Amino acid sequence: MQYLLLIYASEAEEARMNEAAISAILGEYHEFTQSIIAGGQFKGAERLRPVTTASTVRVRNGKTVITDGPFAETREQLGGYYLVEAKNLDEATAIAARIPSAKMGSIEVRPIWPMS
Amino acid sequence: MLATLIRLLGDFDLAEEARQEAFAAALEQWPARGLPSNPRAWLVEVGRNKAIDQIRRQALLRSKFPQLALEAEEPAAAPAEVEEDDAAFGDDRLRLIFTCCHPALNIEAQVALTLRAVCGLSTEAVARAFLVGEETMAQSLVRAKKKIREAGIPYETPPPQLLDERIGGVLAAVYLVFNEGYAVTSGAALIRAELCLEAIRLGRLLDALLPRRAAIQGLLALMLLHDARRRSRVSAEGDVVLLEDQDHSLWDWPQIDEGLALVERALRAGGSVSPYAVQAAIAALHAQAPRRGTTDWPQIAGLYEVLLRLQPSPMVELNRAVAVSMVDGPARALDLVDALAARGGIDDHHLLFAVRAKLLQDLDRRAEALEAYRAALQAARLEPERRLLARRIAEFDP
Repeated sequence: MQYLLLIYASEAEEARMNEAAISAILGEYHEFTQSIIAGGQFKGAERLRPVTTASTVRVRNGKTVITDGPFAETREQLGGYYLVEAKNLDEATAIAARIPSAKMGSIEVRPIWPMS
Repeated sequence: MLATLIRLLGDFDLAEEARQEAFAAALEQWPARGLPSNPRAWLVEVGRNKAIDQIRRQALLRSKFPQLALEAEEPAAAPAEVEEDDAAFGDDRLRLIFTCCHPALNIEAQVALTLRAVCGLSTEAVARAFLVGEETMAQSLVRAKKKIREAGIPYETPPPQLLDERIGGVLAAVYLVFNEGYAVTSGAALIRAELCLEAIRLGRLLDALLPRRAAIQGLLALMLLHDARRRSRVSAEGDVVLLEDQDHSLWDWPQIDEGLALVERALRAGGSVSPYAVQAAIAALHAQAPRRGTTDWPQIAGLYEVLLRLQPSPMVELNRAVAVSMVDGPARALDLVDALAARGGIDDHHLLFAVRAKLLQDLDRRAEALEAYRAALQAARLEPERRLLARRIAEFDP
């Protein structure tokens, strides 16, 4: 079976971390990722940019509505994901609007934070 | 110029710094060496070179901006004349407007960014317009620019299939700027002319860059017609002067004529009817009333009918009721207002109570009218509007 492991953490707390704490946690992440790669369990992982960069796409009555900010309704639950390559936010939101659930639910579009 | 630098450098902050450095260089060099043949192109070229120098200093060059790195290898001694014509500058401004008014930014951020980057207002002036502190405004501008950069909001004019919708978004932001200037939502100052003028300037710019579009022409006409009556809307004491009591000699007649001509064009343009054009047509009929000696209420009522179908809202319904009272009398209008109140939505808005009060007064139902005026006074927030309602109540029992 495959599982998606979702990481929730306080962005405010992360922003308060000092240099040493950040490099310590990055080290831990590196070690963890290497260990599951070695174990043959790794499928993929990305870091997301903060929610301040998020946009939400909904399609209602055939019209695409884009709003600033993350998905914020508690009556809808996370049900899946796509990782896509797009040349800019307009292309990404256009793809998001084509996801069938965009007609009933909401698609949160978050840029990936390149780690190099 | 800022718009062009943003396109060349791909970054808002870098472009703002580059512009400042270019102006500083111009102050230093122009008095001694004379004006370059194309000052704007000179400023852009110098600004770009300064930015490249800065990137180079930060040693980010090779990894982040490979294209600029290549160009920077060339000697940047005497700034060459770049081949940027007026059309290219216009296109850059348009790109900048669409980026600032991108739907993935919240509307407040869109308006603030547009005023700062397109209109060139200082952060302090934008903060004053929003009634927030300069520090707060600076932070939200930083946040908006960060979102543009990190979320990949494109710096381009939208493709044809998105263009109409995005123009709609831009016009909503421009109209918000105008309305912020025309009537603040709280406090004592009713009119802030500067924002109205900026909004009109933006409207003219859009009309020049995207000609013959009914929505743009319609909004520009609407703003011109409203703004032309600005000086007569408030008395010397800061009180509201209603349309029927305004001094027509204070109206800006050349601006009204410009607005009237634009409305004609907007209504004749092909495609679907723009709600802005319909609102402008209503404003046009009001503006023509003094010359005609009478207000064309039947046509105004008809236009509200059209507007209601294009853009249903309780406020449009309320306005239609006022027009109906002028055509069919207060009894029919009161029925419309009561039906509107029963459906809810604006049941606690002071204008609903105020319109109801006036209709009841016209029907000589004095006790109910007084009660409605009191409800209106309780709901009104703007000081000049409160004073107007208080005057109405005072006139009641002589």
